[in-house]
Amino acid sequence: MNNFKQWDGFKGRIWKEEVNTRDFIQHNYAPYEGNQDFLEGPTEATEKLWSALSKLQKEERAKGGVLDMDTEIVSSLTSHGPGYISEELKDLEKVVGLQTDKPLKRAFMPYGGIKMAEDSCTSNGYTPAPELHKIFTEYHKTHNQGVFDAYTPEMKKARHNKIITGLPDTYGRGRIVGDYRRVALYGIDFLMEKKKEDYDNCGCGIMTDEIIRQREEITMQYRALADMKKMAQSYGYDISKPAENAKEAVQWLYFGYLAAIKTQNGAAMSVGRVGTFLDIYIQRDLENGMLTEKEAQELVDHFIMKLRMVKFARVPSYNQLFSGDPVWATVEVAGMGQDGRSMVTKTDYRILHTLENMGPAPEPNLTVLYSSRLPENFKKYAAYISVETSSIQYENDDVMRPVWGDDYSICCCVSATQTGKEMQFFGARANLAKCLLYAVNGGLDEKSRVQVGPEYKPITSEYLEYDELIRKYEIMMDWLAGLYVNTLNLIQYMHDKYYYEAAEMALIDTDVRRTFATGIAGFSHVVDSLSAVKYAKVKVIRDEEGVAVDFETEGDFPRYGNDDDRADDIAVWLLHTFLEKLKKYPTYRNSEPTTSILTITSNVVYGKATGALPDGRKAGESLSPGANPSYGAEKNGLLASLNSVAKLPYEWALDGISNTQTINPGAIGHSEEERINNLVHILDGYFDQGAHHLNVNVFGIEKLVDAMEHPEKEEYANFTIRVSGYAVKFIDLTREQQLDVIARSAHERI
Amino acid sequence: MDMMSADELLGQALRYKAYWGDKGGITVSGGEPLLQMDFLLELFTKAKENGVHTVLDTSGNPFSRHEPFFHKFNRLMEVTDLLLLDIKEIDSKKHKILTGCSNENILDMAGYLAEIRKPVWIRHVLVPERNDYDEDLIRLDAFVKSLGNVQRFEVLPYHTLGIFKWQDMRIPYPLQGIEPPTKERVENANRLLHTSEYTGYQNA
Repeated sequence: MNNFKQWDGFKGRIWKEEVNTRDFIQHNYAPYEGNQDFLEGPTEATEKLWSALSKLQKEERAKGGVLDMDTEIVSSLTSHGPGYISEELKDLEKVVGLQTDKPLKRAFMPYGGIKMAEDSCTSNGYTPAPELHKIFTEYHKTHNQGVFDAYTPEMKKARHNKIITGLPDTYGRGRIVGDYRRVALYGIDFLMEKKKEDYDNCGCGIMTDEIIRQREEITMQYRALADMKKMAQSYGYDISKPAENAKEAVQWLYFGYLAAIKTQNGAAMSVGRVGTFLDIYIQRDLENGMLTEKEAQELVDHFIMKLRMVKFARVPSYNQLFSGDPVWATVEVAGMGQDGRSMVTKTDYRILHTLENMGPAPEPNLTVLYSSRLPENFKKYAAYISVETSSIQYENDDVMRPVWGDDYSICCCVSATQTGKEMQFFGARANLAKCLLYAVNGGLDEKSRVQVGPEYKPITSEYLEYDELIRKYEIMMDWLAGLYVNTLNLIQYMHDKYYYEAAEMALIDTDVRRTFATGIAGFSHVVDSLSAVKYAKVKVIRDEEGVAVDFETEGDFPRYGNDDDRADDIAVWLLHTFLEKLKKYPTYRNSEPTTSILTITSNVVYGKATGALPDGRKAGESLSPGANPSYGAEKNGLLASLNSVAKLPYEWALDGISNTQTINPGAIGHSEEERINNLVHILDGYFDQGAHHLNVNVFGIEKLVDAMEHPEKEEYANFTIRVSGYAVKFIDLTREQQLDVIARSAHERI
Repeated sequence: MDMMSADELLGQALRYKAYWGDKGGITVSGGEPLLQMDFLLELFTKAKENGVHTVLDTSGNPFSRHEPFFHKFNRLMEVTDLLLLDIKEIDSKKHKILTGCSNENILDMAGYLAEIRKPVWIRHVLVPERNDYDEDLIRLDAFVKSLGNVQRFEVLPYHTLGIFKWQDMRIPYPLQGIEPPTKERVENANRLLHTSEYTGYQNA
């Protein structure tokens, strides 16, 4: 059994023999049931650094969103020398490491696609070095080129017409969470040794495709680990051995994450569930008198500050999809253990407390793994932070734990993944609202008039008939599901080949579980449209070419979002039906297919590309985000709406069911105490019914309107709101998206 | 508005049970719920059968010791956990000016609820020029203090948010020109009524 001196005082055995962070956590963490009174404010160093960073962020915004870009160097683990928030203050930084040599300077990352990398420079007024173009077109192929070499004409048409959309074919797929805690717990040398063992035991000598590939991948991982050491060395740290104290543990862990964001530009680059783990180190130092609470909070503040600095170079079309420069540096707190103990520690409090010490911020994407059985004190503190900052999201640990165990992380906005044991193939979304129109129009795109889907018989009757529509819709969904899965298979294949995540995979078990994440856009509109056809009369308005371009609905019909089973049953049917269709198709590397109902802010762009629908939504109008009921559909208050969403079984959407709600402060109470208690009741009630996710915003519409009109006001500089699946500074949204958020009126009553 | 049976209404309420925590339940307010005694009785009886906490928000105006009301009221009290009682004015003459009715039966109801030890929250809407007089507040204080079953005592400052309803219905607004009470007057009322001493609700 290994026994490093750095492990003194730690209990347990299995984790010492194999890489097993969960076992370490379970043997060593101390649940905390108390309240927030122990928390400390920011140190002078924190205030100085945060003020310097805030200044840089203001400059960045003034320059149109990008402070600086690298145009010469291809980003790698060792491409840049050390960087600090500020040269003068660098001795104050308790946690060090930047993606490039300067703060907020965006790295050049061409492996996903050289065109995207170049365009992201030129669209921001920078000129990339010409030799980079030559290298990545003539000498070295990129992921993007690989994908387009293999795409079928049908795939290109579906992509171009946005029935499948947001595909990760020009940049990193992201969503892989390395177990960055391993760097702290074991040190790099031990991890390299274990990967070497895996390599030696890989295959029996018969070289099948899978074995050849795995041997190559392990070698790439091994090399990435070696490079991580060099990267840390440039900052003056030797991470070959385990972390000795809390400061090192935070630093080592952060170096692991830094390795990921230096080498990959995935849409979502999540950090994982780190609070309980780090608390073990902090607690040990506190008990040994090596650390004070003030210093402990400072460490956490500085770590979170670093996560607030993660940036990637993006093109304008990307920013329209994912507005506000998000990176999904998702960090989780709380949750329950399999043994029934709460996993809330003081460090879970410390992490949420960063929102008080340094003000609200969209990143990291702070996520509370919720259970009504969490300690009451913690539930109230989280609710208090929500009421004050609208910066955190909640996910139901009670539905995720049975599927993913008690050491999962959130690998994007809301999707769970077993930390260090699993990777996910991110697959964007299929637009089921558009698919419904394809069913009506026989595969003809209502916008472009291109025959995108198969040329089935269109519906020709004046009024839509439910059974006929469902029959045709199912057939069209069959087609879409097949095309979608196959398009993703191709993309994931090329990503593995040309943009493999060696650094992240080095911190994941070699024998990895793979999930295949698909997604649904336009969910609520399909449900309401089908309900309109079933319960009211829907007349088709066709143009001179006979294409359905609009609908007239006579009579009232139940809508999803009112706790009315007539509509909600259609919602459940839709989810199940599409999932079953997806599951029929073979998936890349035998990954497990899952689906999601989450759209992030892409609902605006998807909506633009989608024609009018029978539910009354006009052509081009935004789709409702995620699993949210449609605009104006919720007539019975917040709780009725939550009841509707809670009916969607998480087991059928293991990639997540995102719900974003805004509550007027007055609607949940007249005093702070009442607001906190009532919010806790709302969360308990919603999640006890098996719902998956909730973004909680607490503010009134007046504030949003004022912030949109007066973004220069100091109070709005860090005004953060939750949108579908992440948080964003409201003033960083496009005006279109601001209007979209405002249109989703706040609940004035619950 | 749809007509609904007590079963349907309770069924709908129970859809929200998950959000109630250990203190929530149903509150019936008005209009004046005691005007629909039979329905109320059925609803609360069924609610109690389902273990639901029941609250009645009433002005007390329909209360009387005459039959058949009194008998039904007693049956209702058996299935009511808490009452929110609005005492608008202690002085009967002023009460009549303010509401059009005298207040004897309301005070009688308060006394009766004290007698049967039914938990009550008293709510007093403070309206300048109508009931915001120190001498009346002092009388009200003495009356409420004498009851013994009051768990919470709240002063609700009059507000003008409802004026549009009168305007929409084109009927003259009876409190035209009256502004919400000042912060000082609200504090004064709270002081004279000793509202902060009624803390029973915190342990309920």
